[in-house]
Amino acid sequence: MDVGYTELAIGSILISNVVLAKFLGLCPFFGVSRRTSDAVGMGLAVVFVMSIASAATALIYRHLLLPTTPEHTNLLGALGLPVPEGGYVLILKTISYILVIAVLVQFVEMVLRKTVPALYRALGIYLPLITTNCAVMGVALLNTEAWRDPANGLPVHLATFNGFCGGVGFLVAMLLMSGIRERLTELPVPKAFKDLPIAFISGGLMALAFMGFANLFGIAV
Amino acid sequence: MGLLRDFTDKPIKHNPVFVLVLGLCPTLAVTTSLKNGVAMAAAATAVLVCANVLISLVRRFIPNQIRIACYIVIIAGFVTMVEIVMKAVAPAAINQALGIFIPLIVVNCIILGRAEAFASRHGPASSLMDGLGIGVGFLLALVAISLVREVLGAGTLWGYRLTPIRMGDVTLVPEVEPVAVLGMAPGAFIVIGLLFALFHWIGNRRREAARAAAVPAVPQVARDFPKKAAGEASVSAEGA
Repeated sequence: MDVGYTELAIGSILISNVVLAKFLGLCPFFGVSRRTSDAVGMGLAVVFVMSIASAATALIYRHLLLPTTPEHTNLLGALGLPVPEGGYVLILKTISYILVIAVLVQFVEMVLRKTVPALYRALGIYLPLITTNCAVMGVALLNTEAWRDPANGLPVHLATFNGFCGGVGFLVAMLLMSGIRERLTELPVPKAFKDLPIAFISGGLMALAFMGFANLFGIAV
Repeated sequence: MGLLRDFTDKPIKHNPVFVLVLGLCPTLAVTTSLKNGVAMAAAATAVLVCANVLISLVRRFIPNQIRIACYIVIIAGFVTMVEIVMKAVAPAAINQALGIFIPLIVVNCIILGRAEAFASRHGPASSLMDGLGIGVGFLLALVAISLVREVLGAGTLWGYRLTPIRMGDVTLVPEVEPVAVLGMAPGAFIVIGLLFALFHWIGNRRREAARAAAVPAVPQVARDFPKKAAGEASVSAEGA
């Protein structure tokens, strides 16, 4: 299962964009994309949280949820605690992921407020929204259990990188969408199509355009 | 009476997808076929009803500051149960199609939204009815979208081919090539956008009809009359 950085980057930013191909994070994609400044703030906050959350969940997946194999050790097993056959993947995955993401978001918020107040002022209001942003949880799941090789998931460094790229893909989609929507407010859109319906149709046309990236450089995702 | 209202209000007037605009990710992702849509709605409704009832039972014991975290843990517990049941009961093809969207029910804003807006303020019986009502609304929305996408995008209905229609040896309707793009990602956005526009249009028309019915016709004309006369007078004055 050798995957390179380039393959992951092109794969998750262009070919299977988190929003436009995988349908993750649609609520902020339509909810926070009315102004470009909001969209960029939200996008950057997602890049940040998604990278950290991918690293954390990949670590948890390999060292707490999966059973011990030659490639990775289960820490609970190493401490002599019982690990069922197949590990804890089925029972504890969802709960542990969502808790870790929720705690991480809180933690990032506190750290930012203390250390980088300027960044906190820019991203702060978007951070609480990210806990229930399915893109973060979705990419964490795609990196681990839903990866091509679910018995191992992506290695931690690649998972972190893939989380970062997923976040960049989200940022790109948000930026494009907010640009379109700022223009749309000035156009004579039919009354029934005002706001959300036309935004959905624009999203559909963007998704259609992004389908053109399929098989770019022979990369299959 | 009140309980029934808790249920009947929800599917149309508070439809989670088309009115509240919540839970968009599964709505777009899994509606490639009717079967997937129904399975997704069933899974989400099961979690919603259970979480609503449990949260409303324990709502007095949860400290206000950490309530969201508690809700998330309760929801995650039920999602795990539903996940395990789905793996055992549902056909492999459906599990394959729903994929990560079953565990992602945990971050579905419909469920957390109902917990915060309804279950934390009402009794368990009302919360049960609310969960069922919202669940039926979610089902209706998914059925509407997946019906369009499956029939037009794949040319099938509940997995059965619609065309060609034959009667004995005579072909009544030849095989129709489906619009494959509706089954893919762009189709999801476009179909839901058009359905949204349709509901806005119906809503606008009803509101206009209600306004027209509410305003009595004759006095309105009478009230307009002096203004109109004044306007005509000024126009003719300009003309002169």
